[in-house]
This record gives sequence, C-alpha cells and structure tokens, in this order.
Amino acid sequence: MDTNDKEIKSTDSNIIDEVTRGDYKYGFTTDIDTDIIEKGLTEDTVRHISAMKGEPEWLLDFRLKAFRHWLTLTPPRWAHLDIPEIDFQAISYYAAPRKKEGPKSLDEVDPELLDTFNKLGIPLEEQKALSGMAVDAVMDSVSVKTTHREKLAELGVIFCSISEAVKDYPDLVRKYLGKVVSYRDNFYAALNSAVFSDGSFVYIPKGVRCPMELSTYFRINAAGTGQFERTLIVADDDAYVSYLEGCTAPMRDENQLHAAIVEIIVEDRAEVKYSTVQNWYAGDAKGRGGVYNFVTKRGLCRGDFSKLSWTQVETGSAITWKYPSCVLAGEGATGEFYSVAVTRNYQQADTGTKMIHLGRNTRSTIVSKGISAGHSQNSYRGLVKVAPNADGCRNYTQCDSLLLSQHCGAHTFPYIDVMNDTAVVEHEATTSKISEDQLFYCNQRGIPTEEAVGLIVNGYAKEVMNKLPMEFAVEAQRLLAVTLEGSVG
Amino acid sequence: MNSKHQYIDLYRTNAEAIDSGSAPALNRLRPQAAAALEATDFPVRGAEGYERTDVNAMFGPDYGVNIHRLDIPADIAASWRCDVPNMSTLLGVVANDAFIPSASLESRLPEGVIFTSLRRAALEYPELVANAYGSTAPLTDSMVALNTMLAQDGVFIRIPRGCRMSRPLQLVNIFSAPTPMLAPRRVLVVMEEGSEAQLLVCDHTQDCNRSYLSSEVVEIIMGENARLDYYCIEESSAMTSRHSQLFARQESGSVLMVNSSTLTAGNTRNDFTVTVNGKGCDTRLSGMVIASDGMHVDNSVNMLHLAPKCHSDQLFKYVAGGKASCAFQGRILVSEEAPFTDAYQTCRSVLASPEARMHAKPQLEIYNDEVKCSHGATTGQLDADALFYMRTRGIPEAEARTMLMQAFMADVIETVRMDGLRDRLRHLVEKRFAGKDASCSECHASCRERHTDPNND
Amino acid sequence: MNELLLKVENLHAGIDGKEILKGINLTVNRGEVHAIMGPNGSGKSTLSGVLAGNPAYTVTEGTVDFHGLNLLDLLPEDRSHEGLFLSFQYPVEIPGVSMVNFMRAAVNAKRKYFNEEPLSATEFLKLMRQKRAIVELDNKLASRSVNEGFSGGEKKRNEIFQMAVLEPQLSILDETDSGLDIDALRIVAGGVNKLKTERNATIVITHYQRLLDYIKPDFVHVLYKGRIVRTGGPELALELEERGYDWIKEEVDRQL
Repeated sequence: MDTNDKEIKSTDSNIIDEVTRGDYKYGFTTDIDTDIIEKGLTEDTVRHISAMKGEPEWLLDFRLKAFRHWLTLTPPRWAHLDIPEIDFQAISYYAAPRKKEGPKSLDEVDPELLDTFNKLGIPLEEQKALSGMAVDAVMDSVSVKTTHREKLAELGVIFCSISEAVKDYPDLVRKYLGKVVSYRDNFYAALNSAVFSDGSFVYIPKGVRCPMELSTYFRINAAGTGQFERTLIVADDDAYVSYLEGCTAPMRDENQLHAAIVEIIVEDRAEVKYSTVQNWYAGDAKGRGGVYNFVTKRGLCRGDFSKLSWTQVETGSAITWKYPSCVLAGEGATGEFYSVAVTRNYQQADTGTKMIHLGRNTRSTIVSKGISAGHSQNSYRGLVKVAPNADGCRNYTQCDSLLLSQHCGAHTFPYIDVMNDTAVVEHEATTSKISEDQLFYCNQRGIPTEEAVGLIVNGYAKEVMNKLPMEFAVEAQRLLAVTLEGSVG
Repeated sequence: MNSKHQYIDLYRTNAEAIDSGSAPALNRLRPQAAAALEATDFPVRGAEGYERTDVNAMFGPDYGVNIHRLDIPADIAASWRCDVPNMSTLLGVVANDAFIPSASLESRLPEGVIFTSLRRAALEYPELVANAYGSTAPLTDSMVALNTMLAQDGVFIRIPRGCRMSRPLQLVNIFSAPTPMLAPRRVLVVMEEGSEAQLLVCDHTQDCNRSYLSSEVVEIIMGENARLDYYCIEESSAMTSRHSQLFARQESGSVLMVNSSTLTAGNTRNDFTVTVNGKGCDTRLSGMVIASDGMHVDNSVNMLHLAPKCHSDQLFKYVAGGKASCAFQGRILVSEEAPFTDAYQTCRSVLASPEARMHAKPQLEIYNDEVKCSHGATTGQLDADALFYMRTRGIPEAEARTMLMQAFMADVIETVRMDGLRDRLRHLVEKRFAGKDASCSECHASCRERHTDPNND
Repeated sequence: MNELLLKVENLHAGIDGKEILKGINLTVNRGEVHAIMGPNGSGKSTLSGVLAGNPAYTVTEGTVDFHGLNLLDLLPEDRSHEGLFLSFQYPVEIPGVSMVNFMRAAVNAKRKYFNEEPLSATEFLKLMRQKRAIVELDNKLASRSVNEGFSGGEKKRNEIFQMAVLEPQLSILDETDSGLDIDALRIVAGGVNKLKTERNATIVITHYQRLLDYIKPDFVHVLYKGRIVRTGGPELALELEERGYDWIKEEVDRQL
C-alpha cells in the first residue's frame, strides 16, 4: 500500500509540474497502430462503420436515416462564431486503436495506451481507481477500458461502452437511443447519429445511489480524424449518479472535428449530475489548429421531482458550440447549469444552455461565468422557455463576463420566452474587466500579477467550481490558472 | 411569398408620379432603395431579431398608398385635440403622411429653426436635406429601403447651432382615410452643435374601424453637445399597425433621451438604433408598454457604442394582459474603439393574464475590457406580498392590482423631463389600467371599440 | 364585559401541503390583551397570516368566529373592513405607491364597504395629521413610497400609524418588537396603549418578554409545534424569560 501511495503522490506532483509549465501539456501523440478508415462520408462509410462494429439491423437503419437526413442539412450559422468551411469529406470517420477484441483486463490494454492515459493523469489502473472513480476511457473513437465494472454490476449499475451496451443490453439502448436528441435535431446531431463510433452507456436501476463517480475520458489521437462519441445515461426512479467527462487532444496543425451527443433520461425523483472539464487542444497562439467542438447535450427530466445538473469548465477547443440543456417535463423537476468558459488567443466559444419548462412547478438555475483573454470571443447563449400549461415555474439566471484584454470579446445572448402568467423568470448579466483594485491589492501583498489573475479568476469562478466533484475541482482550478498564464494585458 | 413585391411593383409602375409628388433630395435615393429592397427580403417571422413580429403579415394586406398626393379630407382641428394641460407646444400635424402646420406655426418659431414639411424643406433647403436624408438609416435594411422608396413627404426639423428651444415641439400623427391605408412616414431631425430641444410625438387613429399601417423612419442627427428629448406616445387602435424605426447618430458630448409609450395599438414594432460616434455622450432609452386584448408590441433596441467615455441606460417595462403578445430585444454593442463605456439595460415585464406572452432577448456584445455593462430581464407577476399587504389594509384586490401596476410603471414615467407631460402620462396610464381609453374622452370621432382593462382576461 | 370578539376552534392550516397549525383553540374577548409566545418555527407567524387571510396558507380544518362572522369565508380586504388589523413582522415595501395614495385607498375602501361617501382631500389630510401624532411619524414619510427606504423603526411606527387610521377591533402585532431599539419600542408600545379601549382587543405575538413590559397582557399563551400548549397570566411570560422554552418543549415532547 505504502509504495502505491507514494507512486500516486509522485505522479500527482509530476502533473502539477506539467500543469504549471503553461503550454498545452496534453499535446503529445501516442504511437499506437490505429485502424483508420478512408476519409470521406458516404452511405457506404456508414454501412462500413456499422459492419465493423457488428451492429444489429435496427441500429444500421437508425444510422442510415440520420445520414440521409444529414445530407439535406447545412451547418448552423446563427452562433457568434467565425467557423471556417469544414470539408466533411476530408475527415476519416472512424479510427480505432488496433486491437480486434476489447481488452478483458488491464494486462491486455496496450501499454503505450495505458501510458498515454497515465500521462493525462487519468487513473486507469484499478488501484488508483480505488480513489473512488470508475473510468471509461475513449481513445479516438473506441472505448478502450472501463474500470470497476464488476463492483458496479453488483448494484445493477451498468457502465460500459455504448458498443458493448448495444450487444449486451440491446433493449435498453434501443428504448432510449435518440429519444432525447433526435437525429433530426441539428446538423451535428444528424452527423453524429450517422457515424458515432463509441461512447459510454450508463444505467442506474431503481432506487440505486451509484456509490462512486462514473467518469469518461475522451482523447482524440489519430491525425485527420474526427471523434463522434455518444453518451447515454438513464437514471431510473429514485436513482442517483454523478458522471464526469474529461477531454484532451494532441497538438496538431490542422483542425480536428469533435461532434458528440449526450443524452440523459431522468425518471421520478432521480438525480443526475453531469460534470465536464473540456480541455481539447485549443490551437496555438496564432490560432492555428485546435479542435472544433460541436456538441449536443440534452437531458430529459421526465420524472416528477427529477433533477439534472450540468456543470462545465470549458478551457479548450478552437471553437466551442454547445448548449447542455434540460427539458423539464416532470412535475417539480429541477434543472441546473453551471458553467465556466475560458477563451484566450483566438479561441471562440458560443456556449450556454436551454431550460425548457414543460411541467408544473419546475425550477431552473443558470450560472455562467465567461472569461475572455487575448483575441478570443466568448459568448453565452441561453434559452429559458415556459410553456403555456407549466404553472408555478421559476428560473434564475446569472451571467457574468470578465474581460482580460482589450482585443477580446464577451457577449451575452439570452432568449426568454414566457407563456404562462404564474412564472417568475429573472435574468441578470454583467460584463466588466478584472478589477485593478484587486490586482493592486494582491501585488501590494507581494503576489505577482500572473498569479493574482489566477487567484481572482478562481474566486470569480468559485460558485461554479464548487459544484464540481472534489477530484475534478482541483484539476479544474489548476487548469484555469494555467490557461490564463500570460493572458493579462 | 415575401410581401415586399407588391410595393416594388407599385414603385416600378408609378415611379414618375411618386417623384413628381416629392422633391429631388428624396427622389435621389429612390432607385437605390428599390434596388436594395429587391436584393433583401423583408425579415421572416422567427428570424433573429424578428422572433415575434411578422413583417410579411403586417405588410401583406392590400393598403392604399397616396402616391398622387390626393387631399384626403380630414377635419383634424375640429375632431382632435391632443392637448397636454400646462404645456404649450409648437404643434405640427401629420395627417397620414402629409404635414399640416398649426396656425401661425412658422411665425412662432425662433430664428433659424425649421419645423416644416419634409418635401417643402427639400425644395427650399435642398443641400441641408440631401446631406442629412438617409445618412443614418441604412438602405441595407429592407424596412428602411421600403420607406425610402415610397416616402414622398414627412417632417423636417432643424435646430440651428446654439439654439435652445424653450417651448417643446409637438408632432401629432393621425390616420384619417376612408380606405385602408399605408402611410410612409419620415421624420428628419437635425440638431446642430450645442442646440437643445424637446420633441413630443403622438400617434392616433381617427377611425378605429379601419385598418391602417405606418412605415415610419425617424432620423436624428445629434451635433456636438446637442441635447434632444424625444417622447413618443402611441394611442392608436386595434386595427392600426405600426412599423417604426428610429435611427440616431450622436457626436461628442451630445445627450439624447428617447422615451416611448405604447398605450393602445394593434400591431406595433418599434426599432431604436442609436450609434454613438463621439466621446462623452449620454443616451437614455426608456419604454412603457401596456398591452391588452390582442395587442402585439415589440420593441427592439440597438445601442451601438463606437466612441469612448460614453454612458447609456435603457429601461423598458411591460404589462401584458388579455391575449397580448409582447417582445423586447435589446442589444448593447461596445466596440474596441469605445473604452470607458458604461452601458446598462433593464427590462421588466408583468404577465397579467394566462394567455399573455412575453419574449425577452437582452444582448451584450462587448469587444473592449474597459467597460461596465449589465443587463437584467425579469418576467413575472405583481408582488404577491405587496398585494396581500394592501388587502389587509382593506384595499380591494382589483384596486390593489391597478395601484401596483401604476406603481410598476412609475420609474419609466419618472424619466420624463417635462412636468406637464409626466402628469399627462400618469393620467393616461391610470385611465388605461382602470380600463378606460383616456384618449377617447378628448376625441370626437365615433369609435365603437373600447379597450379593456389589462387586469382582466 | 367579557363580550366575545374572536373564537378560534381546532384550526389546522399549512403551506405547500405541510401542516403547521395543528389544532389551535383561542378565545379573545373585547378589552383583552393576549400574548402569544413560542420558540422559532412554532407557527406564530402562520397563525397571524391565516387570521389575516394570506392566500399562501391553506386552512384544512377548524373554524374562526369574528364577532359573529365566519372569518375564514371573508376576503383579506373584508376582514380588514370588519376590524381585523395585522401589523406585519416585515412590512412590505411597495415602490412607486405613495403612502398618501395607499392610505387614501384603504380609508375610502372601508368607507365604501359601509356605504359611506369617500373622504374629501381636506378631511383625509386632517385625519392623517391627527393619527401621525400618535406614533410621532415624520410628515415627510407620507410622500414616500410605502415602506420603501424606511428604517426598521419607521416601518413599525408606520404600521401602528395605519392601525390608528383604520381603528380596528382586533389588532394582531406580529413580532412588532423585532429590530427596534429601546426608544422606538417605547414609541410603538405607547401608540398601541393609546389606541386601546374597552371595545377592542390586541394579540401580541412575540418571541421575547421585552415588549410585554410595555404592553401588559391579560393572558399569555405558548405556541409550540402548531398547538397552544400552555396558557397563563403575565407571570408565565416572566417564567419563560427566566427559564427559556426548553422545559416546556421537553414536557410537551414527553407527552407526545
């Protein structure tokens, strides 16, 4: 035990060192043989992906319908983003580490790959996972290892890759897949539905409080590929789960495409906490390279008194386009959205949430903290909608933007639609620069400006950071500080 | 089908007649406007900024346009008094789209002040009008293009350098025509350096049983250190539609206040675009909407800060009852060239009936770190605690509600800087909430329709 | 004497489906002062809210007779007209409604209820002047919005001023002493005592004995867990001041 503890600690301090060095530390590539299918997207590509994964007929049908619908769509242009033309035929839609069978135990996992995840600070090893986290790691498109599965199985909790779930629990997957985010939802949702490769599947049975955090780490590794994972979480009546998602990608000159879907179903009195630390490669200081992150995340609070809470810390990606949303259908359901989005250099983020109040007495809270530096553009975009029959609904929204340079932009675009006279909807937003008084106060006490900015920004984001599970909070704090190094002025 | 086509056709077939009823300074932009309108459609309902207003439905019906400048008989002086007690104004009336000065108006104007028909001004001071006309309202906006293509007359106001008007100017817009009519209304206000004025604009409809539509473009040019208070009160009718756009450009040190009250209307869209071009400006925009029955009222603000050290403040309040649908869009843009900007915005709405709707979209677009900006938007009900408190003191619920709604509007009314007008607005609002159409008591036209209390369903 | 004013029988009430009052019985005769004391969360403010007709509370069981009327059937404003007055623990701020307009609406609504002509402006202002003197309320407060920007003491004095104007038969003073310094307390209590007659009655709801030094109660009731668990004379308040509520809580909890 002793030696293990020491190992963990030394790894931790390495991470701290790496983190504080400032450049994008996750930007190493992993030298692993990868099966990559040819670039381009046709109906054959979709069939090919489905066949490689040995999927049932209904799933191939689902993919093909989505693909045909995608052909009729054009990429959305309404966001406050300057998105270059993306050649969707120049991307390979499937890349998998070369292994025919999924690994049965850690010994079977490619050591290079293990090493990659270790460098990322992801506790893939079982003993490290004892710290109380079950991990599903997704490299490029394929889930490489899910830990702790047996322990969870005792409680009836299913936590596996979605490909396995298709094989092992076809009825469950078929019942819920595409029910919250239809393939018709938007351009990227259609694309993902056609070509999604893997992702995580979680099912928490009735009355079970999942005893550990469930976690997925996503990594894009192979060059010239896109990542299209899909996550499906179902919390049955009275269930509880906290789910964490982390993302990194190597430094590459060209842009990589990430178009994921997350679907969550929350039944009566169940609660799901979904936390994200998104640190995809953001491009270099000149704005070259970086991940295009187009994600559709939505939860359906179907059950009465159900609760869904989204927490996100967004520091990465060249372009972020994501609006984790709650459809509050059940009576007394609660939706929450807590977000910190940091942009610097030439990053662009257009992110926020939608709270759709359909059920009576539903509640929602939105807290968004935007931090812009360099030449970046950072937008909050949100919708709060109260349907005509949804009596007694409440929403409170607080959006703050902090500007750290004179060339960046911070924007707020809330849409508030109230169709019921018993609703109370409140929105507040402020935009200001970092306080010079606070900076000077720190300086006077001997704290250098860079560090002071980190401190102040962390304080500013604290309300959101506090919502993260402990393990993530520490990492997220470091990430904030590192991201902001050299961004003042 | 975009409803712009009927207007383009109308222009193409009658270009000569339209030109001959107008003046060269206005005619000059007409072909460009027509080409711009060909190139850009009217916004469709649901498009960004037009989530709730259907311009195509508004402009779709077949309205008459008085391109031949027929003298439509309207006994305005006898049938209408838009008197603000304790306020003596310099009055001009626009009947549909034709300017009619009040008796001896010109002789009462201070030297150098012009307050006259836009057409006449364009003939008498062609250079002055040509320089200003179309200088703030861009033809790339299809609604501006439509107005510019069709407008033959309107109002021209010039306050010369350093002139401080002691009496307010008042403009009364009246719809009075025997057939459904579209009136392209155009107002051009030139505030020269250091000038000061107050302008009150009232919108009325004489015959509440006929449908009318106004396409209005107001251009305001604020010279350095000029000050203008612009008040606008709409008390029209359920069958009146209004598409109004105000474009103001402010030079250094100028102070502009725009206050808009929509008390009775059918289908109203108001755009306010203020471009702050010079440093040290102050801008205040406020609006009050009382909507009942099937009224639709949509206010859209575009506050553009392009110069440093300016301040702007927006305050909009809505009470929506009946089946009214209301909307507010408010954008604050602070460019990289506008450090030390303070810009604020508040929109508060009360939904007073189950079928009333409110759509709010406040926006901040900030490209500069030396700013203090905020916006707040709330939609809800009257304060239940206050209501209960009042009832425990014996005030019946309906009366308590009315008092609270008046109180809700109090801070918008407080922004009015003319005592007489402030009292008048209080009176109008009180009457309005009590379910009476205040304007009708002073109007001798016979209307069958009365607006009901927004308090009730 | 001993003419019945208020009779509460087996009153059950709650908020959002949660029962707070669990069978209140209380009889108040004209000319009496009753104090209702109790620890936090015992239901004191719920009781005053229910009697005044706050729509947030739901009455599930029981009756309240108010000089021959079924109180629970009346609208809050009609309860006021019939002579019930609640001095709020937290008087509500109403921005934009001036004190003068507010009081004139209240006075004239009551006159209308009794088929009387509204007061003329002169009569009304005279009435205000008279009543203001009772609680030494500053004239300038009249032009301000109701309770907006008032200090804690001004708010409470304003409540007693309104009580003086409306001349209720039963006044419920809900934690009127909270947030008051000793001078303000004396003025407020003095106002209440000046308004006391043989024909009206007062219910003083309070957490502390302090106020009862100034407003002498005839009866003291202890409210706990939604029931009146003990009734006594003024000496009970002193005992509570000395020993706290714990001994009563223990006794009651043992019985439950």
